[in-house]
Amino acid sequence: MNIDEITDGIVIDHITAGRSMAIYRFLGLDKLDCQVAMIQNATSRKMGRKDIIKIDRLIDIDFDVIGCIDPGITIDVIKGGKLAEKRHVDLPETVTGVLVCKNPRCVTSSERGLPQVFRLTDRENKIYRCAYCDSRAK
Amino acid sequence: MRHLIDIRDLGRAELDALLERAEDIISAPKEYSDSCRGKTLATLFYEPSTRTRLSFEAAMYELGGNVLGFASADSSSVSKGETIADTVRVVSEYCDVIAMRHPKEGAPLVASRHATVPVINAGDGGHNHPTQTLTDLLTVKREKGKVGSLTVGFCGDLKFGRTVHSLINALSLYEDIKLVLVSPEELRLPGYTYKDVILKNGMESEMTTSLQEVIGELDVLYMTRVQKERFFNEEDYMRLRDSYILTPQLLARAKPDLCVMHPLPRVNEISQEVDSDPRAAYFRQAANGKHVRKALILKLLEEAAR
Repeated sequence: MNIDEITDGIVIDHITAGRSMAIYRFLGLDKLDCQVAMIQNATSRKMGRKDIIKIDRLIDIDFDVIGCIDPGITIDVIKGGKLAEKRHVDLPETVTGVLVCKNPRCVTSSERGLPQVFRLTDRENKIYRCAYCDSRAK
Repeated sequence: MRHLIDIRDLGRAELDALLERAEDIISAPKEYSDSCRGKTLATLFYEPSTRTRLSFEAAMYELGGNVLGFASADSSSVSKGETIADTVRVVSEYCDVIAMRHPKEGAPLVASRHATVPVINAGDGGHNHPTQTLTDLLTVKREKGKVGSLTVGFCGDLKFGRTVHSLINALSLYEDIKLVLVSPEELRLPGYTYKDVILKNGMESEMTTSLQEVIGELDVLYMTRVQKERFFNEEDYMRLRDSYILTPQLLARAKPDLCVMHPLPRVNEISQEVDSDPRAAYFRQAANGKHVRKALILKLLEEAAR
């Protein structure tokens, strides 16, 4: 399968197979008017299978969102047809406005205008807890 | 601005200093009777409380200060839909320190971000209750003469009991504490508290379902109530509520200097016949709450004045 090379854009690589659609939705890529290619189950020496997203435009990426959904992803920024920057996404220490606390007793369920904030409490097991009530993110 | 939202906000040196101050207040109350002259404590209690609210108010009055506030959400602007942020912004103009109890977990943290005076968490749902933990530590210190090098038993609902989790967190700062965790299988200490606090700090611990088998090795026994409001199923509550009842017969197996504690209110878990035993420390524990809250109010007001 051939997909055109990007001149100026972004390649989101090493996505765990099957997670690309979640990232596509979270980043709102459906709202872009440029070409976006999503490759699922691509062969990978390291991962066996992986997903890749290619975006034919330089856009701002929310690394917190991506790191939270799928740590281990790499992001290649392409400028003038060349790799200008390569970033490895890791689990962010804090994520704001991405996860939602499901604890009905949490203050976020009643206080207007309060941002949803989660903190990474266990990197090994990828566990985030609500900054207000300490409930585990689900 | 310094606040007390979670017992983990305080380090070992600060805990020790607070306990020492509280003991000094107990031994020389008159020396502190004017310490808060001209200062006002606002007690913002969005849900009912007996001991905590009254002990905060008594503490402030005995320090020579004033108290204002409300004792339920119905009698505040929250019933009109006011946010916590707006309430504390306004109340900060009327007082020097706020004590807040709220049914929503994390509410005092939100308050602390908008208040211009220190905020004390006086209990937020099933989450934190740091002044209860200070009360518990002061009781251990006064009853046993020290906080470290003790075998501390926790008995009852270790799953939902916020006072248990907070006290284990605080005890992790002290040396040579052995924990004996007594509960039904269904109400065991949550895995994350066991892993993040007990294992991480290398605390010695033992889990059992039998109080009878371990009571003889304890220096401190912390009894807890099985809380009806934590159960979705009435049958489970009825089955588990009387799992452990401390009776004079059971207490006969314990050390002669055991210290029996309970955050109160109790239901059936400690027989009333135990009340007259000198090892029953739970009413002295409730009294300690007032003194340690005095020490805390003084500390936060002093830090705010700097």
